[in-house]
Amino acid sequence: MTNETTATTTTGRSTPAGETNVGGSATGTRPAGPTGRGLIADATSRHERSAVPVQTRNERFSSTDVTAFPPVTGREAGWKLTPVDRLGALIDGELDGGRYPITVQGDGASTVGWSDRTDARIGTAGIPEDRASANAWSHFAEALDIRIAGEEPVHVTVRRDRLGSTPRAAHTIIDVAPFARAVVVLDNAGEAVLAENVEILVGDSAEVTVVTLQDWADDARHVANHFARVGRDARLKHVVVSLGGLVVRVNPAVTLAGSGAEGELLGVYFADAGQHLESQVFLFHQADHTKGRVEYRGALQGAGAHTVWVGDVLIGPDATGTDSYEQNRNLVLTDGTRADSVPNLEIETGDIAGAGHASATGRFDDEQLFYLQARGITEEVARRLVVRGFLAAVVQKIGVPELETRLHDAIEAELAGEPR
Amino acid sequence: MSTLTIADLHVSVETDQGTKQILRGVDLRINEGETHAVMGPNGSGKSTLAYTIAGHPKYHVESGAILLDGEDVLAMTVDQRARAGLFLAMQYPVEIPGVTVSNFLRTAKTAIDGEAPAIRGWVKDVRESMAALRMDPGFAERNVNEGFSGGEKKRNEILQLELLKPRFAVLDETDSGLDVDALKIVSEGVNRAKANTGLGVLLITHYTRILRYITPDFVHVFVAGRVAEEGGPELADRLEDEGYDRYVGEPVAS
Repeated sequence: MTNETTATTTTGRSTPAGETNVGGSATGTRPAGPTGRGLIADATSRHERSAVPVQTRNERFSSTDVTAFPPVTGREAGWKLTPVDRLGALIDGELDGGRYPITVQGDGASTVGWSDRTDARIGTAGIPEDRASANAWSHFAEALDIRIAGEEPVHVTVRRDRLGSTPRAAHTIIDVAPFARAVVVLDNAGEAVLAENVEILVGDSAEVTVVTLQDWADDARHVANHFARVGRDARLKHVVVSLGGLVVRVNPAVTLAGSGAEGELLGVYFADAGQHLESQVFLFHQADHTKGRVEYRGALQGAGAHTVWVGDVLIGPDATGTDSYEQNRNLVLTDGTRADSVPNLEIETGDIAGAGHASATGRFDDEQLFYLQARGITEEVARRLVVRGFLAAVVQKIGVPELETRLHDAIEAELAGEPR
Repeated sequence: MSTLTIADLHVSVETDQGTKQILRGVDLRINEGETHAVMGPNGSGKSTLAYTIAGHPKYHVESGAILLDGEDVLAMTVDQRARAGLFLAMQYPVEIPGVTVSNFLRTAKTAIDGEAPAIRGWVKDVRESMAALRMDPGFAERNVNEGFSGGEKKRNEILQLELLKPRFAVLDETDSGLDVDALKIVSEGVNRAKANTGLGVLLITHYTRILRYITPDFVHVFVAGRVAEEGGPELADRLEDEGYDRYVGEPVAS
């Protein structure tokens, strides 16, 4: 067994052009770590490595019962980078688990309804591994049930923009039948204090894109755990876009359960002053010949902007012939920001096609700015071009044109400092 | 007639070892349509002159002036200088990930002209300039300088020169790293721009090779941060034969 743990923290406080790079790869029985080549360009970057993590990633305690978890102190591995004091009720308190207003746009062979919490599918994609997730699970009354069937492409958007400021619990099932093809968008806006779990069941040979867009109001708090189980020869593209909200933590856990399954996990985030945007990603290669790609990109601007990306990839003992790569890149636009980036790779079989990870956090490049300005482009426009270009590398992979346009517009608005 | 005037220019740069004086009183006057070659050994301050004209923040002007038709260039920001008609073709053009050449060119043209170019004429101009520089049409959709070869980067610089139509262009070692075919293509591009717009050129080079294809009206030899000798094209021929050895005996900047 091979383990790698690499943590990088880059703070935007008075750092000169600082870039931290971590590169690593492992093939065959060759141990992957230590990966070395950690490049630290400034004194405020921290670079830590421990050869053996506490436990294998899929051995974490899990339960649907909130009382089975000890109270959260903020020192736990899964919470230490999160401002738990700002999440309050979502971790410990009473939550309203009833129905909430939604607006559905759907076509083709899709249905959107509510199912009882005793539904047999619930819990089949994953079980909570932290107290907030279990708190949501303990409180929800009915699950929002999105079902996709047939073999023709289906597009479903569920807009949630009237959740209000009452602390809520929610549960969603996205159930994609074998051979079905779909794009499912969870479009979140307005006020929210929400803890939720989303289960994504991808049937054999199905192909689905699930996008969760967090475009919440400024004071919203949102803690989400997504659990996905991807069947044989099926393909899941999972996209997390976090733009608005005070504290937004969306943690996807994807299991490539069937032979030949593919998971592409994408994320785009833009943190403004005072915002905390987080994703702890877990990709589990359980079956053989599975392929995984994880790419998250974020930009940070303004005092107190904080982003967290943790990327855990586990290649299990049966996952021979696996091909996996994960990366996180952050672009720091101003002083006073902080980007945490922690890639972890565990490999439990000696026979893989490839595995690697990368993480880089860099300042806005003054030479790029000079080059663009030397062509007559103002600093403001140059900045916008560079940031948009940086994030476009992920946005262009989403594959939903109308969403890409909307995200480009949203990113422009963030850069222009317009109220959202 | 447009004129770019550089008068008694002193420039320093901050290094780890402290302030380092690079230019020690440079005087140059370029009229539109003229081509001035600035030649000199490594470290003589040629590139510093180029970047100072463009306004790179790394270089600190201690005294002297740069005037474009009497207007104070040193008081302008980098982008204002470009909009005033100055252009720097860089020795090491920077990669801009996620920004296509086509998007970049249109954004720059819009900034320089103060309005977006009429779409049909613009697309045609871009296509023709690219064809003249033997650039594949697919080039327009690649990200700026990302994965470009050395020759492609230089052609991309000259493409911008042709499309943005500045009044004065500083070419900073545009010939370095080019094979003879690419050197001819790039030189033709510069000559076309001169013929079409009356461009004034400050051609900075270490070698005389490019002067076979772009004929200078004046040659200035830079040594230790100032002009050591000036003359016509025949001076370049002499440098070709004799090299810079003749000047090395003079006091050189540390």
